[in-house]
Amino acid sequence: MTATSVTPAAVRQYRSYSHSWWRRTLLTREFAIIGLLVVVFLYATVNVANFDSPLTIYFLGLDNAEIMLIALPMALVIITGEIDLSVASVVGLSSVMVGLLHQDAGLSIPLAGLIAIAVGVVAGAFNGFLVAYVGLPSLAVTIGTMALYRGLAVGLLGTTAKTDFPEKWTKLAQDHIGTSRYPLIVLPILVLIAVFVWLLHFSPFGRGIYEIGLNDEAAHFSGVNVERTKFILFILTAAVSAFAGIYITLRTGNARGDNATGDELKVVAAVLLGGVSIFGGRGRLHGVIAGVLLIGVIQSAMRLENQTVNLINIVIGVLLVFSVMATAFLAWLQRLRGGRVPTLGLLRRRTPAAR
Amino acid sequence: MKFRNGRLVAVAAVALTASLGLAACGSDSSGSSGGDSSKASITFMPKNLGNPYFDASDSGGKKAVEELGGTYDEVGPDTATPDGQVSFINTAAQQGVGAIVISADDPKAPCSALQQAMSAGTKVVTFDSDTGPSCRDLFINQASAEGIAKTQVDLIAKEIGDSGEIAILSAAANATNQNAWIDLMKKDLADHPKIKLVDTVYGNDDDQTSFDKTAALLSDHPNLKGIISPTTVGIAAAARYLDTSSSKGKVALTGLGTPNQMRKYVKDGTVTSFALWNPSDLGYLAAYAADALIKGDITGKEGDTFKAGDLGQYKVGADGEVLLGDPYVFDKSNIDKFKF
Repeated sequence: MTATSVTPAAVRQYRSYSHSWWRRTLLTREFAIIGLLVVVFLYATVNVANFDSPLTIYFLGLDNAEIMLIALPMALVIITGEIDLSVASVVGLSSVMVGLLHQDAGLSIPLAGLIAIAVGVVAGAFNGFLVAYVGLPSLAVTIGTMALYRGLAVGLLGTTAKTDFPEKWTKLAQDHIGTSRYPLIVLPILVLIAVFVWLLHFSPFGRGIYEIGLNDEAAHFSGVNVERTKFILFILTAAVSAFAGIYITLRTGNARGDNATGDELKVVAAVLLGGVSIFGGRGRLHGVIAGVLLIGVIQSAMRLENQTVNLINIVIGVLLVFSVMATAFLAWLQRLRGGRVPTLGLLRRRTPAAR
Repeated sequence: MKFRNGRLVAVAAVALTASLGLAACGSDSSGSSGGDSSKASITFMPKNLGNPYFDASDSGGKKAVEELGGTYDEVGPDTATPDGQVSFINTAAQQGVGAIVISADDPKAPCSALQQAMSAGTKVVTFDSDTGPSCRDLFINQASAEGIAKTQVDLIAKEIGDSGEIAILSAAANATNQNAWIDLMKKDLADHPKIKLVDTVYGNDDDQTSFDKTAALLSDHPNLKGIISPTTVGIAAAARYLDTSSSKGKVALTGLGTPNQMRKYVKDGTVTSFALWNPSDLGYLAAYAADALIKGDITGKEGDTFKAGDLGQYKVGADGEVLLGDPYVFDKSNIDKFKF
């Protein structure tokens, strides 16, 4: 919306004329998170010992790569008003597939990885079929498949781990870009960011995603193929999760069924922190990227200060609650000003919220 | 309308920033310890925090680091999961600590993180539980199989006057380390011709099974004079049985146990002495080894020697292993010094 409204050919809306484009770009939730990220990063650079060491950026990239990867398609899914909680289980399943195919079946890593992604596509298609075509609620479906895929992963490998991977590949997963401080995994992340930004913000498919999130019936009658869109999104999410699974396996040199346990909630938390509405219809990828980085930077800085995991979780949890509350609070305030009867928690599904 | 909301968002953002800043400030005062790489900073990483065994080993490490004038730190996960130590290893590498002294939760999972730390200049010493030799500079081995076997045979020989029937209460029949120790004990027993090993039974490291097997041993072999149980579960169960039976004081019991489990039986005379390594010596030695690596006195190759404070001179063996020494013998005189 913002991108098109500055051009003369933009749709003429009252709001388009109310303020200049930079205000509408900068004074948003996304930029609030980006601002917070910059503030926290600068604060940590100045105040936290060793935060400015080259290793910090390197580990920041390595440790948050899988969350960043999965958060991209997850944002699209959540904008349609759905959710996919099976992502971390797909990561585990893909990790086990790579381990088994490489070590027991003797396949090469690229081939094992391709098959693992194919398994991910099947897992995503199953989710997507049940949600889009059968019409079941995605929360229930993916809670079920979360257990199902994790069960398969742990069942295939038991509690053991496959740990013998060629050094060429495990080194690659931890390599730097040239002599810079950035890990190599940043490159595929940048490619996927470009793809998903184009998909969500610059393609008709992306417009359909927002339409579905705001009102899927209206979207249907305005020509959006609701079922196909959701189906494709669930497949994309699982495929990217499977890729993340291959990355984790090679990075840690460990194929285990319990890899990435609990990561689905980390991904959802980062996406919501980035300004995506859990009710669908709202959210932008630059906010999501900032949300992932913000959580990563806070974790890294607090760990360097020798804080416990529990305290780190408390800070991130409070931040998340605040950020969600801020939206609800603003909506409530808007209603208060509009003279309507105010009640907190009015932010229901498909109500366009305050921006 | 929109601008007002925008401003509100901005205000909210500032408020959020402030709250976070406050949280960060609060944390600032409580613990900023890592980072000074000019002194020998050594970070201990137990399998998990709050484990009495590692509290003992890390207190030994702390004592050594203080003697050396370095900076001691202890971090670790709350529960022992295979990859739970990875983020702590990464953080220690970022902090540029001189050495990490770690008891690995998993032989493989923390490996790549440790290798990255080593390539960043941090020395890595494992103790208690090793990783592969490629993932650390040194491994401080608590006890050799030969030492464990010989100490237990010597203890039982002393307690039964070097003659009579003995039996072994082991863990599982296919436990690799148990069987290795039993084989070595049989070799050592050849030097004690009057001692006769009449039976080896397996309690599967289960308290009740070990208890029942002890009862069966005593009724099957009325002339039994001693039992060796080279497993902490077995020796505690056997002691509990002996404590209430008529054989108390007549049948000697020794083996590998922990002071907390055995304290009661040592004090009431059911058990005279038992063996295990001393975890605080283990931590002490690991800290001195780490310090020698940091200072460049040793590189971790076979044949390197270094001095470990009160413990004396140590030599690096094959695969970068340093052996703590013979197991430590616990008895009435020293058991109260140990709280694990």
